[in-house]
Amino acid sequence: MNDFSAPITDVPVVDVLSAEKIFANGFRGLAPIDLSIQRGAFVSLIGPSGCGKSTLLKLIANLIEPSDGRVQWWRGDFSKVGQAGRQLAFVFQDPTLMPWARVENNVRLPLDFAGVDKAAARTRVEAALEQVELTQAARRYPRQLSGGMRMRVSIARALVTDPDLLLMDEPFGALDEFTRNRLDEDLARLSWERGLTSVFVTHSIYEAVFLSSHIIVMAAAPGRVFAEFSVDEPRPRGEEFRASARFAALCRDLSALLSDASFASRG
Amino acid sequence: MMRPLMDREWFAPVVAPLVVGTLLLGLWQFCCREFQIPIYLFPAPSDIAQSLLENWPDLLHALGSTLKITFAAFALATTLGVATAFLFIQSRWIEMSLLPYAVLLQVTPIVAVAPLIIILVKNTPLALTACATVIALFPIISNTTIGLRSVDPGLLAYFRMNKVGRAQTLWRLRVPSALPFFMAGLRISSGLALIGAVVAEFVAGTGGRSAGLAYEILQSGFQLDIPRMFAALLLITVTGVVLFGLMVGLDRLLLGHWHDSAAKTER
Repeated sequence: MNDFSAPITDVPVVDVLSAEKIFANGFRGLAPIDLSIQRGAFVSLIGPSGCGKSTLLKLIANLIEPSDGRVQWWRGDFSKVGQAGRQLAFVFQDPTLMPWARVENNVRLPLDFAGVDKAAARTRVEAALEQVELTQAARRYPRQLSGGMRMRVSIARALVTDPDLLLMDEPFGALDEFTRNRLDEDLARLSWERGLTSVFVTHSIYEAVFLSSHIIVMAAAPGRVFAEFSVDEPRPRGEEFRASARFAALCRDLSALLSDASFASRG
Repeated sequence: MMRPLMDREWFAPVVAPLVVGTLLLGLWQFCCREFQIPIYLFPAPSDIAQSLLENWPDLLHALGSTLKITFAAFALATTLGVATAFLFIQSRWIEMSLLPYAVLLQVTPIVAVAPLIIILVKNTPLALTACATVIALFPIISNTTIGLRSVDPGLLAYFRMNKVGRAQTLWRLRVPSALPFFMAGLRISSGLALIGAVVAEFVAGTGGRSAGLAYEILQSGFQLDIPRMFAALLLITVTGVVLFGLMVGLDRLLLGHWHDSAAKTER
């Protein structure tokens, strides 16, 4: 048994049951997909443009509804999401912060929505900012922060809800490689420490291998699962893993799979 | 160590226009005296200053009267404009049904409508206020409506995902997003309220206790008291500049810390 499988129990957090998505204009975004995401897993969705990875993530986030089939959360419907132990948080491609609010107030927003009382909210905001190492920036405004720091604020806003399922749509896509690597390391540590179940859309092979316990390789025309790829490397992972020969080998394997997927996407 | 005066941040924007103004006034004074231009044709700055001092009580009273109309109209336009904008964003149908009439109000020259309003409304200050309000209203409506609709789609998606209700979305998201647009509308509108007040006074030609600066200009014209005419004109201009300055100050106060339009760029 590998170390990474220890916290992954048999309770599926998300079940995608033959869900497909045909958009109003007739475009077939996703062919029927079956997928089960176990608790504690870190699943990355990777594939060529138009393979429907963002669409699949939005289905899982209940931001859009499947044309056919369905999605289940904790073996129930979406109305149960948001209860204790069933919190969902979404991190977008952009930080999507409120420019008029200080960092601490941006992070507190989901707690305001939930009606958490002031004192409790303050403690949780402080903890979340500490986790992303932004305690110093609490009183600043988003425009005063760098792109990487804004993304950290966005992640803190997700963490402050103490999520059980964290969904991320290419959150570090716009950042430079160095910043991205650092944030990946933080994310790897946080998701491990907090036993998060994560679904992560990315274009980066290195990022997928570094972070994931499972990688779903998707192909386009129509969007579908092309292959599933496991990264049997103990977590938490750090800089040593990224420098290892094993990491390079895994990246090579995934890269080969991805070019097959791209080839298959030409229809 | 004291920094040289020239390096100070405020120095150039304050001193440069002052130098230009002083030079122009000097040239004006010099030309009037040198070519012995009659005072009833074109008074020198010194004549205007003298007239301003001599007629100060009358002019001050007129200024107060015009200011009252201006501020009443500005307040009314702001209230009505914001209320209309909130109404517009409730549904596209309401906006589609009412917007043409708002445009109608905007494109009809106030000089043409003013006599009608003055005939219809018996109370003169009320009639004047109504005219000025009509002129100042449109920028508030259009800017606030655009502002309330100009919400970051990412943030809107975030609010939707958190199942945030309409009312909370309005005051937590739409109102702050609209603020920069509203402030721009306010800036235009403050100037228009003054113009509206003066134009309405011209049309009404009201004398007596509610005589404003426009009446002073009209009377001075009849009496060929040109320096006094200029003095009244000067007061209108100064009022306009002060209003503009107030709006800029309010802008800085409300937006300075977060919006690019008002915030200082660090060099």
